[in-house]
Amino acid sequence: MKTLNSVARQFVFYALLLGLWQALAALKLWPPYLFPTPAGVLEALRTGFSDHTFLIGIGVSMRRMLLGYGLSTVLGISVGLLLAHNDFLEETLGRLVVGLQSMPSPCWLPLAILWFGLSEKAILFVVVMGSTLAIAINVEAGLRNLPRIYAMAGRNLGASGIRLFLLVLLPASLPHLVTGLKQGWAFAWRSLIAGEMIYITLGLGQLLMLGRDLNDISLVIAVMFVIAGIGFLVDGLIFRTVERNLRQKWGLAKSV
Amino acid sequence: MNGEIGVRGEIMAATLPIAVPTAIANKIWVKDVSRHFQTANGPLPALEGIDVQVEPGEFLCMVGPSGCGKSTLLHMIAGLDHPTAGEIELDGRPVHGPGPDRILIFQELGLFPWLTALGNVEFGLRMKGQGKKEARYTARHFLNLVHLSQFEHHHIHQLSGGMKQRVALARALAMQPDVLLMDEPFAALDSQTRDLLHDELERVWSETGQTIIFVTHNVREAVRLGDRVLVLSYRPGRIKNELRISLPRPRHIEDSDVARTAKKILGYLREEIDKSVRAEYHDEDVE
Repeated sequence: MKTLNSVARQFVFYALLLGLWQALAALKLWPPYLFPTPAGVLEALRTGFSDHTFLIGIGVSMRRMLLGYGLSTVLGISVGLLLAHNDFLEETLGRLVVGLQSMPSPCWLPLAILWFGLSEKAILFVVVMGSTLAIAINVEAGLRNLPRIYAMAGRNLGASGIRLFLLVLLPASLPHLVTGLKQGWAFAWRSLIAGEMIYITLGLGQLLMLGRDLNDISLVIAVMFVIAGIGFLVDGLIFRTVERNLRQKWGLAKSV
Repeated sequence: MNGEIGVRGEIMAATLPIAVPTAIANKIWVKDVSRHFQTANGPLPALEGIDVQVEPGEFLCMVGPSGCGKSTLLHMIAGLDHPTAGEIELDGRPVHGPGPDRILIFQELGLFPWLTALGNVEFGLRMKGQGKKEARYTARHFLNLVHLSQFEHHHIHQLSGGMKQRVALARALAMQPDVLLMDEPFAALDSQTRDLLHDELERVWSETGQTIIFVTHNVREAVRLGDRVLVLSYRPGRIKNELRISLPRPRHIEDSDVARTAKKILGYLREEIDKSVRAEYHDEDVE
């Protein structure tokens, strides 16, 4: 009942938003090349999907995401483990990681282009730099802030070494790990689009710039919808569901 | 008691051709153990010169005010902490780390929230090398023993405080250790459940011949369960008194003999509790 109400409220909200948009467009306060109509954007979406440009863009971007994010996950978890395990590394490399993490990831772009040229590698580099650090920081925090009782209980019941890690420490730090993976995804996604906007490729970022080059505001907005949609799908559906299930199972507070 | 050891020694010496060490009679020997913690205000002596010998199959209870180092002593026997001075021997061999022969029930339980009640009980069994089916079978048996069969698929946070303590008890009992170390395991239970678990624990103990060291702040509980009760002093924890409880079993916590003995122990303990309360109030004043 409560969820139904929430869905109804959201529906009303978006309907109003759409109505407002349509009304403003109809008033023609701005020229149509600056302020598109809902119908124009819908048409751009339809064309984009029917002539496969959007699908190709999504495919290319997602392939880069999978590669970059996958690499970041492996790297981030490894670095996080190292930092959690070693006090010296935590004090030195750990501080550096936190410092670098505060830097917006597009800052890596010029460096990437100088190092790798306008290539696939440059984009991958930016994605990896953007998300690895977030994952590493969260993995480390998860392991460092683990209540000592879990490790003690595990050892008491005969777990040690790799089994203690895999069966006790890792599951115990799972909430932090999921947060890290979620943040990592968000950073990777932002970095990817920023990277793709810089040079000519087939990704979604480049489609966005194509809209600008063609002065096609409808296309720009349509691609923005697609990018937001994918973000919502992955972040809002996949990660939030995983987090919710975890919280329910553990009996943690509803959300942070 | 010394005579008994002598007799046992002679029999063993007669049947075995090789020389047998004579100190085997202790299941656990806490040998002049001290434990000091490093704090910002310098070393804090938690335990000082503790010397306890525990016979095989003995039910030993320890009472003391909070802050007397009872938990620390159990952690050290479990091999999860190490003495600053002295040594702990199990079956005549020094303890260096945890082992499946000694299972500790933590005061804060330490149940795993990512596992179900059944999963928690199975965990140690799997670590011990039992197969999936065997572990499940054993775990179910012990969950049944603590009357939690209907809750085996519940996650830990779905259980009440008393149920959690029973899961922790089942998890420890299922390991069928030689030595069971219990750190205020029944503190959060209502009195009916506690009475029931006292009976269950006593029954399991008498059937298995396990050696139990049971820490509690409830003196009546100590007298109800123990063969012997040790009274520990407030910081640093030292053994202040030792009382053998020879009341016939089964006992009940409301028995007048139990109450009378408990009153006597409470007399020893009163002074220490006062000290601990004063120290705690003093700490608050400082803050």
